[in-house]
Amino acid sequence: MSNVAHDAHDYVPPVEIPEMELYHPKTWLGKYIFCQDAKVIAIQYSIVAIGIGLVALVMSLLMRVQLGWPGTFDFIDPAGYIQLVTMHGMIMVVYLLTALFLGGFGNYLIPLMVGARDMVFPFVNMLSFWIYFIAVLVLVASLFVPGGASGAGWTLYPPQAILPGTPGSGTGIILMLVSLSLFIVGFTMGGLNYVVTVLQARTRGMTLMRMPLTVWGIFMATVLALLAFPALLVACIMMLLDATIGTSFFMPAVVSMGQQLDYEGGSPILFQHLFWFFGHPEVYIVALPAFGIVSDLLSVHARKNIFGYRMMVWAIVIIAALSFVVWAHHMYVSGMNPYFGFFFATTTLIIAVPTAIKVYNWVLTLWRGNIRLNVPMLFAIGFIFTFVNGGLTGLFLGNVTIDLPLSDTMFVVAHFHMVMAVSPILVVFGAIYHWYPKITGRMLDDTLGKFHFWTTFLGTYAIYYPMHYLGFLGVPRRYYSIEGTSFIPESAADLNVAISIAAIFVGAVQLVFLYNLFVSYFRGKEAGPNPWEATTLEWQTADTPPKHGNFGEKLPLVYRWAYDYSVPGAEQDFIPQNVPPSVGAQTVDDEDEEDYEQHS
Amino acid sequence: MIFAIALVILVIGSVLFHFLSPWYLTPLASNWSTIDDTLDITFLVTGFVFVVVNLFMAYCVYKFRHKEGARAHYEPENKKLEIWLTIITSIGVAAMLTPGLYVWADFVSPPEDASIVEAVGKQWQWSYRYPGEDGKLGSVDTRHTTTKNPFGMNPEDPNGQDDVLVLGDMHIPINRPVKMLLRSQDVLHDFAVAEFRVKMDLVPGHVTSLWFTPTVEGKYDVLCEELCGVGHYNMRSYVVVDTKADYDIWLSSQRTYAQTVSGDNAGASMEGVSASEQGRMLAISRGCVACHTTNGTPGIGPTWKGLFGKTETLVDGSNVVVDEAYFIESIVSPNAKVVEGYSPIMPPSSFTDAEMKALIAYVKDDLK
Repeated sequence: MSNVAHDAHDYVPPVEIPEMELYHPKTWLGKYIFCQDAKVIAIQYSIVAIGIGLVALVMSLLMRVQLGWPGTFDFIDPAGYIQLVTMHGMIMVVYLLTALFLGGFGNYLIPLMVGARDMVFPFVNMLSFWIYFIAVLVLVASLFVPGGASGAGWTLYPPQAILPGTPGSGTGIILMLVSLSLFIVGFTMGGLNYVVTVLQARTRGMTLMRMPLTVWGIFMATVLALLAFPALLVACIMMLLDATIGTSFFMPAVVSMGQQLDYEGGSPILFQHLFWFFGHPEVYIVALPAFGIVSDLLSVHARKNIFGYRMMVWAIVIIAALSFVVWAHHMYVSGMNPYFGFFFATTTLIIAVPTAIKVYNWVLTLWRGNIRLNVPMLFAIGFIFTFVNGGLTGLFLGNVTIDLPLSDTMFVVAHFHMVMAVSPILVVFGAIYHWYPKITGRMLDDTLGKFHFWTTFLGTYAIYYPMHYLGFLGVPRRYYSIEGTSFIPESAADLNVAISIAAIFVGAVQLVFLYNLFVSYFRGKEAGPNPWEATTLEWQTADTPPKHGNFGEKLPLVYRWAYDYSVPGAEQDFIPQNVPPSVGAQTVDDEDEEDYEQHS
Repeated sequence: MIFAIALVILVIGSVLFHFLSPWYLTPLASNWSTIDDTLDITFLVTGFVFVVVNLFMAYCVYKFRHKEGARAHYEPENKKLEIWLTIITSIGVAAMLTPGLYVWADFVSPPEDASIVEAVGKQWQWSYRYPGEDGKLGSVDTRHTTTKNPFGMNPEDPNGQDDVLVLGDMHIPINRPVKMLLRSQDVLHDFAVAEFRVKMDLVPGHVTSLWFTPTVEGKYDVLCEELCGVGHYNMRSYVVVDTKADYDIWLSSQRTYAQTVSGDNAGASMEGVSASEQGRMLAISRGCVACHTTNGTPGIGPTWKGLFGKTETLVDGSNVVVDEAYFIESIVSPNAKVVEGYSPIMPPSSFTDAEMKALIAYVKDDLK
């Protein structure tokens, strides 16, 4: 078997296209506000995403307050509660996680890691952010219109989403649909950038199979998003038409609140198919960047190459492809033809195989490593633990039969929070601790970071692990209050109190993280160009933080894969990707250099 | 070191929690023990993986922690190991999926001799329809639905005349398979009984179904488990599993469609039950309490506690003192005078004079 680390080690292809010319802004406004530098756009995306995410975090705490101490707090009424449920879910999934992973990390890391000076369409990239920003404003505006924000659940199922029994069924839902449509337009502009940059603007020598897994994860997630979001877009437009001009795409004949409505012949289930055709890939749009980033964190801090790199790449590709044929596992009890259950249960459980392989390879990366338990590494290992738990409970829900008792219960809530809320967020934290030194030139405080990790990791487990057992009891989700049933023991209320206390605690300690982000920017220890001794290109820049254009005068040439850690015989325990092999390739290099000069 | 210990404690703690905590599946009361078995198999396989992977990771974190001068082992791939892990994982997945698909095959093929009960959902109440003596349900259409004809029965259809219409609890005989047809008049709902394990959405414009055989006598909560608006959490009902004899007695006391049309009250016997008690039962069975609390806390609508005699401010700023006339008007045409702070979302309902009197007696006397 050939060894990936050494194949075509010394080959750097000649230049095919001239370097892109960057527009250097002359005004303050052009540098920091309407900026075309992907790194600044990344920061803008991240700040807005984290800002709106904090709003959604507060919403979740309000929900926990109601569930822990029902009826104690007058300001949360049944309508308000389901509005919180809806907005919390939608913000976290779309406006925080999708925007942060792709708009934030994607923008910052793709050009730096593939050795490009910027995204290939910088102006469109800037537009992408501003349209995202407007989408967020429209979403926030829906909180303040008469009737309030939509309370249809983040799935926005018709008919209820646009009928009077649901809060925000007038203006609220319309603003929600408009905001989502804007988000998709903005995302498409950014997404095309990420894909074309990865495919066309990699530096010489950066073959696809030499790319860091971070780039692979973000790249495949973007491809998924470009294919999946259109399904949501058409669903949004069709529901807008149903709500405003009275079409019946999703609306059958109904009697709402005693009134015969004019709708006829539409299918609510059609909406669910469109929604989940987007919604399931969406899970992987969030998960794949997390998979990629965590692979690199583990490798760097274990001083060891990622185990089974090629398998990891193929697992990402296979998971991405399969994620388009599993959507109806969200709909086993939706009333669709029950025979679909056989097909979708099978595809869903098959997807567990490549996912399991990724988990094995992460753990095997630790095996015989030289593990430095830096803060990013703590989060990476915390991620594996949480993800294993959340992934395994997916095998309950994906197996169509077991979904019958567990669907629509707190088990589902616990499962998806474990697998696509806590897991990716742990990676986000790990990634911020990891790349903050490159972004700002300063280290985040280590003690605060460790405190943040332990409280968040243990706290979230205390929230979600016991919650599965409420689901086993049969406690339904999205219930304002569960009082008055005969089958739920009173002890379940005590468990809810415990979960709520844990949730408030975890919410509060995030302030420590924000404090750390803020204070370290001014007082953090100087980081230097490569504090973690990593191999990938972003750590080899001429300046830290990198300036506009990323790499100074010359773009780096890539001679090796991203994982040359602890190579036997090498002087240091890492060899950056742009370090030429010491023997045999000298002549090729010289020619390359000349070639390069002619074009620049 | 600390991290490795923490991981081990988390693994052991999770396993202990599973076995020691008082919270687990609600005791089964139907034929679907096979669902519980499938769940147990999945628990076994996933529990094993959970323990092994995490303990191995804890071991690695401890054993291969950073030491001065140490170097990691350099090994990019190990094809053999990766293939073996893939094969073992595939076997585990097949072990969980196979029983799952077998049980699902049962679920999608209800027994031929199953009796039929239809559950009808609307915001935020349940009602039930039985096929009557001819064994056939009459045809229905949402377009026929009015407050006088809440099931949307087709008045022309002879099959529907003997259909038994139930606005209260649903009853079924023990040990007899039941196929439930599920129908919604407005939005999505979901018929779920934790003890029976099965559930299914109600979708307006479609008829969906599920089946089970009740095996333990008792009274079980029916919950709506698909978010259906503000009253979702209160959209509840009961299913009562009776002996065959009790069931027959109960069924014969219910009114058929023909009887409701002719106003014949013969079936429903309320002798010996006080008016206010009848009112209380009505308030529960017709779903009033989904929105109107009886303990003074605000709900989706105004509370009924201390309602009569209260002065309410309406959305147009005027005042009204709650008396019998206003109470009745608010039921028959609820959106005529809406109290400030509430949305005009209550559906109009129809009650007979006797029922209306009972409701008033309940609110006036019991909820002073």
